[in-house]
Amino acid sequence: MTKLVVNGKHVTVSADSDTPLLWVLRDKLGLTGTKFGCGIAQCGACTVHVDGQSKRSCVLPIGELDGKQVTTIEGLATPKQLHAVQQAWLAENVPQCGYCQAGQIMTTVALLAANASPTDEDIDSALSANLCRCGTYPRIRRAVHRAAAAIKERG
Amino acid sequence: MRALVLLALAACGSARADDDNRHDESSARMAFATVHEVFMHPRCMNCHPVGDAPLQFDDSRPHAMAITRRSERNGVACSTCHRAKNGTRPNQPPGAPNWHLPPAETPMVFEGRTPKQLCEQLKDPKQTGGKDLAGLVHHVEHDALVGWGWEPGPGRTPVKTPRAKLVAAMKTWAAAGAPCPD
Repeated sequence: MTKLVVNGKHVTVSADSDTPLLWVLRDKLGLTGTKFGCGIAQCGACTVHVDGQSKRSCVLPIGELDGKQVTTIEGLATPKQLHAVQQAWLAENVPQCGYCQAGQIMTTVALLAANASPTDEDIDSALSANLCRCGTYPRIRRAVHRAAAAIKERG
Repeated sequence: MRALVLLALAACGSARADDDNRHDESSARMAFATVHEVFMHPRCMNCHPVGDAPLQFDDSRPHAMAITRRSERNGVACSTCHRAKNGTRPNQPPGAPNWHLPPAETPMVFEGRTPKQLCEQLKDPKQTGGKDLAGLVHHVEHDALVGWGWEPGPGRTPVKTPRAKLVAAMKTWAAAGAPCPD
């Protein structure tokens, strides 16, 4: 049994200790916003936050997560409003097929937590590790800048 | 007569000390050759690159996905993908405790360094982040991330020279005053 907090809710999970967090989220907890891409931490589709740090959930065994705080794409928004990054994504019409976008958004939230005013080079250095086969990178960049400005404006 | 004998004995002692010193220095230089050889192995050098991009695999190619020190400053830490131990499935990222590059301010570059350059760098506390020779030996002997070089998981060639032999070579080199090759 592993006890953890997922999107603010305490959960107890029964799974083999080497089960990747991704499959616990999707198959045990029904949180299917986090996607499977490559399974080897290369593409970023499965990115979530663990204790505020971005992590590739496809290679993270549940047995290492007892007591940890996990945030997924479903946990970013409040009941009243979307996260600033999600709003920026909508405003810039970023997604094309959409498959990679949960990972892109989770990486962006971590990026803006580390660097409130990223340059294009800063954005590339973080999001180059999230693959988008539709090639939405120019829109992703614009959305990151928009989200950064919105977060600063709100103080 | 007695004075002459004492003088001769003193001279012999001095010559023996010189011989011992030369022997120590020669042994130390040979020991440092072992240190250089190990530090140039991809398992060591890949995390001590020229520039900000870590290297990977046995051919020391730049890290996939354009990962650099800048990535770390922008929310993508090494630990985003690298855990405290190697992945258990094929092609998963390698791992060890505290997986990281040396800091940008003291990058401790191994890539492309000649034995002389490497030696002088290791002796310069401004380049070692303040580590003295004893600190360097301790790092090589006890740091779990260094130890990963001998257990790098599938698909990566481990360092051939045993870790104990490397540590002994570093100690021999340091004890002799850390002489550098010409």
